[in-house]
Amino acid sequence: MSVNAPASSRTAGVTLAWRWASYHSEGLPVIPILILLILGFLAIFAEFVAPHNPEVGTLSLRFRPPAWIAGGSSEYLLGTDHIGRDVLSRLIFGARVSMLVGFLAVLFAGFVGTVLGILAGYIGSWVDQVIMRLTDAWLALPALMFAIFLAAIVGPSEFNIVIILGLVYWTRYARVIRGEVLSLKERDFVRLAIVAGCSKWTIMRRHILPNVLNTAIVLATLMLGVVIVTEAALSFLGVGVPPPKPAWGLMLADGKKGLMAGYWWLTVFPGVCIVLMVLAANLLGDWLRVKLDPQLRQL
Amino acid sequence: MRRFVLRRLGYALISLFLLSLTIFLLVRVTGDPTVLLVEPGASRADMDALRSELGLDRSLAVQYVSFVRDVVRGDFGRSFYYRTPVLELYASRLPNSLLLALTAMAFSLILGIPTGILAAVRVGGWWDSAGKVFALLGLSMPSFWTGLLMILFFSVYLGWLPSSGAGTVLHVLMPAFALGWYFAAAHMRLTRSSMLEVLGSEYVKLARLKGLPEALVIGKHAFKNALIPVLTLAGINLVLMINVAVVVETVFAWPGVGRLLYEGIAFRDFPVVQASVVLGGSMIVVVNVVVDILYAVIDPRIRYER
Repeated sequence: MSVNAPASSRTAGVTLAWRWASYHSEGLPVIPILILLILGFLAIFAEFVAPHNPEVGTLSLRFRPPAWIAGGSSEYLLGTDHIGRDVLSRLIFGARVSMLVGFLAVLFAGFVGTVLGILAGYIGSWVDQVIMRLTDAWLALPALMFAIFLAAIVGPSEFNIVIILGLVYWTRYARVIRGEVLSLKERDFVRLAIVAGCSKWTIMRRHILPNVLNTAIVLATLMLGVVIVTEAALSFLGVGVPPPKPAWGLMLADGKKGLMAGYWWLTVFPGVCIVLMVLAANLLGDWLRVKLDPQLRQL
Repeated sequence: MRRFVLRRLGYALISLFLLSLTIFLLVRVTGDPTVLLVEPGASRADMDALRSELGLDRSLAVQYVSFVRDVVRGDFGRSFYYRTPVLELYASRLPNSLLLALTAMAFSLILGIPTGILAAVRVGGWWDSAGKVFALLGLSMPSFWTGLLMILFFSVYLGWLPSSGAGTVLHVLMPAFALGWYFAAAHMRLTRSSMLEVLGSEYVKLARLKGLPEALVIGKHAFKNALIPVLTLAGINLVLMINVAVVVETVFAWPGVGRLLYEGIAFRDFPVVQASVVLGGSMIVVVNVVVDILYAVIDPRIRYER
């Protein structure tokens, strides 16, 4: 008995955990998560997965079609580009650039927006006025043009792109989170904290921040798609990730050189990657929004 | 009402002020603007001459005031590349941008409104799911990739449509579709939710109780009211389209204001870049004000808010 008891309680525990998981994963978007996991895996282990160096090509092997078409070789599964670089390897390393820029930009925008949103909502008065007017003004700017303008001045680099996207997209967080804080402020646990003598900073950090994190995560997931498309657009225009780095937007710009000659693989594959990633982020964001934050269902 | 309009205009002025200040400061914070303003390969003496000519030795506040004064006068300087005043250049490109945006808008409304209504009428049905997929794809596909794919199919493979340039009706079709596709998805979503809201309202129930045929209830009573928010969004989107068209215009070498901005970046033609952003931003600010005021005229509740 004594030998069996822990075992059975463990199985009970497993069953419980499984029940909990299946309840909370109801309608879990398996495909988007799978896509993001695969892209994430490729991004992290790009050096080991990619068959060739993504930045060095062989000029004699330029514009090779994918392997299944006459003239293609199994060595270059998805063909080669205008200077003979392997498309597959560039796509794999491109996942790293997209994910890195996407996640960092969303984090940066989320940090700025959340901090400003909490300050505006909790402190109120003139702080609120200043921050919200700034948000309004910022929202009025055409995001893409503003990003292009910034990128044109500071010059292309991955780090600059992260900063620029963060500066362009923090406003949505600030607006939504300020609204949340306004209602949180009136709740009993915050009033009790005030009565207990907590300072404003402690309340904002310990009591308000944890309660708006769900919302921030939902917004971040929804923003990921927007940020990745913007990064691709900037790279496509030549003000994003600098060549010869393998970014999907940059690959589309390069692919344009072979477009009229019918080298379709240079245009189709990078685009498919972008769409897959954005689609996955949007679907996951939609699911999280309904799951984590009923208030955001209207968004 | 007057108070509302005044306050709204005040916010717009703040927006414009921040827009101009941001652009003004960014140009100066990120380095010596003369480097951006002279043509590449200019001599030191030229740069010094330009610096004193532009008054860059004066204090920032004085510089800002004169910058704003020039902008208000419509003086954005001369383009290095075209050697003409930037404003003239912008004005000569604007009709092309408008043509592209209007055609894209037509596409997006023709695609978005009927599908949105069908999705709302058959909510949960086959049409609704198809509409969801359509909207999701539209919102996830970058417009420039849609454009590139269309060139591949219609220009390279079929040889039906010209791949770049402007001039004939055929030239505008592909860029307009690539640009309108995203907005079609947005318009579809809004039509669907707005239609669902109207269909649940009392007067639609009454119309049904009266025994009106369903086609008449939807076509006459529900449709008109559901369309108001969609058309408002379309108005804002038209201006937005002019300003996000830069990538599509680059793909199709369409000579609009977006293309002007792109050329400005490529040739380091800084006055052009600056003017494009200031003018584009101002356009959006102005449209937002007009829409807000029109809303307040239509709906008195908004006037007393906040």
